Amino acid sequence: MSHALEVLIGGLLAGMMYSLVAIGFVLIFKASRIFNYAQGAMVLFSALFLVTMLDSGLPFIVAILITLVVIIAGAIAIERVVLRPLANSSATTLFMATLGLSYVIEGLAQGIMGTETHALDLGIDDDPIFIGDILISQFDLIAAIFALFLVTVLAVFFNKTRLGISLRAVADDTAAAQSLGINLNLIWQVTWAVSAVAGLVAGMAWGSRQGVSFSLSMVMLKALPVLILGGFTSIGGVIVAGVLVGAGEALAEAYVGPLIGGGIGSWFAYVIALVFLLFRPTGLFGDAEIERV
Amino acid sequence: MNAPEVDIHLEVKDVSLSFMGLKAISDFSFKVRRGETCALIGPNGAGKSSVLNILNGIYRASAGEIILNGVHLKNLTPIQAAESGIGRMFQNNALFPKMTVLNNVMSGLSRKSNVSALEHALRLPRSTRQEKAFREKSLETIRFLGLSAHRDTVVESLAYGIQKRVGLARALVSDPEILLLDEPMAGMNKGEKKEMTRFIGAITKNLDVTIILIEHDIEVVIDLADHVVVLDYGRKLADGRPEDVVKDPDVIAAYLGAVH
Repeated sequence: MSHALEVLIGGLLAGMMYSLVAIGFVLIFKASRIFNYAQGAMVLFSALFLVTMLDSGLPFIVAILITLVVIIAGAIAIERVVLRPLANSSATTLFMATLGLSYVIEGLAQGIMGTETHALDLGIDDDPIFIGDILISQFDLIAAIFALFLVTVLAVFFNKTRLGISLRAVADDTAAAQSLGINLNLIWQVTWAVSAVAGLVAGMAWGSRQGVSFSLSMVMLKALPVLILGGFTSIGGVIVAGVLVGAGEALAEAYVGPLIGGGIGSWFAYVIALVFLLFRPTGLFGDAEIERV
Repeated sequence: MNAPEVDIHLEVKDVSLSFMGLKAISDFSFKVRRGETCALIGPNGAGKSSVLNILNGIYRASAGEIILNGVHLKNLTPIQAAESGIGRMFQNNALFPKMTVLNNVMSGLSRKSNVSALEHALRLPRSTRQEKAFREKSLETIRFLGLSAHRDTVVESLAYGIQKRVGLARALVSDPEILLLDEPMAGMNKGEKKEMTRFIGAITKNLDVTIILIEHDIEVVIDLADHVVVLDYGRKLADGRPEDVVKDPDVIAAYLGAVH
């Protein structure tokens, strides 16, 4: 029993790491209905940039600040140069643009900063802690707390600040928001900037866990089932979904995996996602897709 | 037709609009005097909402121009329209359903904001001051339209008639010079219509605002409007005082023709 509980908790915490990646994605999708495939590349870029700054001997705080400035400027530039001119294009066009973008960002990041794997040390020990006889990864726990903190900050931003409320207004009804004088371009820039910051947080968590290398941009593929499960427009939704996917993966790996030869963790999330696509395509918390005239 | 001393607030001049070659509005012109309530009427599909969409920059006219306070405007964008004081209440309401009444109404003040995103994010004093002023102003409008009891209610859980009034509050809160009301009473029962008529009447009486109103209920139109413009198939059919327009044989024919 305690083994099951341990697996479950481990899975829950690992799931929060998926949510971290998914959050940045949701923000952009909410504000502009863009399926930003490049979110994974943004995660890679920001982690790689941070690690390069740290390796060059800069103190942590300075490195973080420089990274923030660079990725926020980069995200705003992407919005301005690539996506704004494509506003009102079809969903497929926008998706292809972000797909292209992801290769450009990955290529640039590796071209400038190299392809070798860097270790990212955030000073968090990965010593297990025991609660009773249940083992919990301290690192996962801290990452999960960080994810919750990020979500709380975003929730306050969306519900209590006028900028956040404007962003929700744009997400709900773009035409109405514009006719109230809400500046759509500003909202999009803010969204991209905040997504980039969320990407950095995700990049730090994943990077210090598995090292910073090209494979970091593949966490996008882990976030995708979480998005389908949680709904593309709900930040709370992707947290719940991340936890569910993480727990489901861990349990399946531990109990179903041995029966069919293991390795189930890498694709089980997609099984859950497929079931959702068939029976509840809007996810647990997403808005129903309603076409407006 | 208009004497030179008449104060024209808004003029729509020779405006045409087409969607992929299909003409929705052809060479449409009308003038609205400052402070009057002008009703745009006509059968479904006559192009009334399209006219409002052009006036607040959602659609771009393929020809013609809008003259606001004597200034010729071409290619108006929604932001410019909002900034020049054109407020709008939408036919489908277009409220933000998961937000409270107060937040919906406060969003109507966006055009008045002069605080940058950075100041806002850092909660600098200018931002907090503005926030407070916006809140006060919104509460005032909420009181004026009798919505105080619903202030903190999420909009989607309100009755339809009340939602409509929230839409009106959101359009009104920023003191627009021109208020576009697109079927403010659609789908309402008699009691709700009466109430809405009373509120719109109170607005014209107490506030310095020019109203362009789309409405099907002819009694409401006669009640509220100083001036009626009739559209049919994207063309102007009649333009004048309500009591004259309803007697116009062309108008009667168009309306009878539209009824099945």
